[in-house]
Amino acid sequence: MLAIYKREMRSYFTTPLGYVFLSIFLAVSAAVFCFTTLFAMSSEVTTYFSTMMQCYVVLLPLLTMKLFSEEKKQKTEQLLLTAPVSTFSIVLGKFLAAYTVFASVTAFSTLYFLIVGVYGHVKVPILFGNLIAVLLVGLALIAVGIFISSITENQLSAAVATMALLFLLMFISLACQYISFYPVRFVLESLSLFYRFQYFTQGIFDFAGLFYYISVAALFLFLTVRVFDRRRWK
Amino acid sequence: MIRVENLTKRYGKHYALNDISFEIKEGEIVGLLGPNGAGKSTTMNILTGYLSATSGSACIDGINVLENPTEAKRKIGYLPEQPPLYHEMTVMEYLNFVYELKGCAFPREPHLAEIADVVKIRDVKDRLIGHLSKGYKQRVGIAAALVNAPPVLIFDEPTVGLDPQQIIEVRNLLRSLGRKHTIILSTHILPEVQAVCEKIIVIHHGHIIANEKTEDITREAESFDRFRLKICGPSSRDIRNALQTVNGVRHVEVLPGRDAESYAFLMECERGRDVRKPLFRLCADRDFAIIGLEPVGTDLEDIFVRLVEKAAKKEGKGARKK
Repeated sequence: MLAIYKREMRSYFTTPLGYVFLSIFLAVSAAVFCFTTLFAMSSEVTTYFSTMMQCYVVLLPLLTMKLFSEEKKQKTEQLLLTAPVSTFSIVLGKFLAAYTVFASVTAFSTLYFLIVGVYGHVKVPILFGNLIAVLLVGLALIAVGIFISSITENQLSAAVATMALLFLLMFISLACQYISFYPVRFVLESLSLFYRFQYFTQGIFDFAGLFYYISVAALFLFLTVRVFDRRRWK
Repeated sequence: MIRVENLTKRYGKHYALNDISFEIKEGEIVGLLGPNGAGKSTTMNILTGYLSATSGSACIDGINVLENPTEAKRKIGYLPEQPPLYHEMTVMEYLNFVYELKGCAFPREPHLAEIADVVKIRDVKDRLIGHLSKGYKQRVGIAAALVNAPPVLIFDEPTVGLDPQQIIEVRNLLRSLGRKHTIILSTHILPEVQAVCEKIIVIHHGHIIANEKTEDITREAESFDRFRLKICGPSSRDIRNALQTVNGVRHVEVLPGRDAESYAFLMECERGRDVRKPLFRLCADRDFAIIGLEPVGTDLEDIFVRLVEKAAKKEGKGARKK
C-alpha cells in the first residue's frame, strides 16, 4: 500500500496534474476568500467554507480522474493486480494519496484566516469545525471519484462523470430546502453528501456526521474493490 | 513447479479454456504455442492471478493460485503482452516502485543493479521510460518481472514488435534466465519456441492438442525429407505418376504455380534414402527435364497445421462415438 501511495504522490508532482490542481485550488480559494470575507469585511468563516465545498464539485474530480482510468489505459493495472498485494490496499493507497493532496492544500488555504485573526476576531472552534466539515465532505467525494475512475476507461470521461454526479448530489441538497415532507427530505439529505456536515459548521463535534462520512467513503472504496473482483470473476 | 488441472474459463457460452491440464517441472522452459485467441493469454492471466477460472485448479510451487493468490503471486514474475510501464517514471524509479510493491527484502541497491545488468538496461537507468525504444521498454518489463527473484517467470509474447537484433537478444536473455528459473512463454512465432523452449504445449480453441518435448514434436515431422521440384514435361499428371514409381518416394503433390512449360511438385521421401539419382535417371529415360530441385525443411508451421488437423479428426471421431 505504501508503495502505491508513494508512487501516486510522486506521480501528481512529476506530471502537470498536481500543479494544475494546486494552482486552480489556490486561485479559487483565494478568490472565494476575498469575496466572502475580505471584501465583505466579515470575520464569519462558514460562508467561505460552504462556497469552497461547492467548488469541490469541479475541483476534486481533477484529483481522482486518472487514478484508475489511466492504469487501465496504459495497461499498468496488470502489474498491480498480479503483485502480491490485496486489491483493497491498492485502492486504499490511491485514495490516501489523493486525500493527502486535498487535505494539505485545504489546511494550507485555511491559513488565510490568519489575516482575519490579525485585524479582527475569528471564532476558533467554528473555524476548526468548518475545517473538519470540508475535510469530511472531501473524504466522501474523493471516494466517489475513485469509484467512478475505476469504471471508466479514460481520464476525461472519469472527470466529466464525477462532476456530473457531484453536481447532481449538490443539487439534491439545495432542493431539500423546498421539501416539507420530512421522510422524503431525510432520505434526500442523507443521499446528498453535501448536508450532514451542518453541525460541524456551528462548532459542534457531531459523531453521527463523522460516522456518516467515513461510512460513505468506506462504501465507495469497497465498491471500487468489487469492480476489480467482479472483472476478475466475470 | 506448475500444475494445472482441468482448468476451464468460460465467458458466457464461449469457452476460452476448456478443461486443460499440464504440469511443468522446475527449471524447464516451456513454450505455449497457438494462434491468436487460442487461450494462451487467458492461461497466463489465470496463472498470475489476474483472472479467475470458471473451474479447475492451478498451483505454483504447491500453492493454489485461486485459493491463496497473494502467496502464489510472490512466486511469479509476469510480463504481460504489453509491458506495464509508467511512462512518467525513470527506469530506476520504476524498478524501485516494483521492488516496494512486491514487498521485497533484498539489499535493494545491489539487487536492482544486478537485475539492470542482467537485462542490460544500466545505460538507460536514469531516463524516462516514455522516452525509451520498444526494445528497451520490453527489457524494463522483464526487469520488473525479475525484481522479486521469483522461481517462476511468465512471459506473454516477449518478442512481439521487436526488431530482429532485439529478438535475438531477448531470446538469449530468456535462455540465460532459464538456468535459474522455470519459464513459460507464449508466442505465435514458431521458430521462437524452437530456439528457446525445451517443451511445447500447443493450445488451439481452448484445448491442449500437444504437450511434448520440442525434439519429439519436430522428430515426427523430420522422419522424411522433402523436395521442391520443377520439371518440364507433357502434363503434370504424367510426371506425378512417373515420380511415384521411384523407390523411396512416399508422396508427390502437384503445387500450383507453373510457368511456360514446367510444373512444380512437392515430394516427400523416406529419410536417409537419396532419391535424387534414380529420379534423374527416370527423367532422362522419359525425356523430362529437371530444372529445379531443392530440399525443403519442415518448420513448426507445418507441424502446427498437422496437429490441428489431427485434433480435429480425433474430436470428430469422439463425437461420432458418443
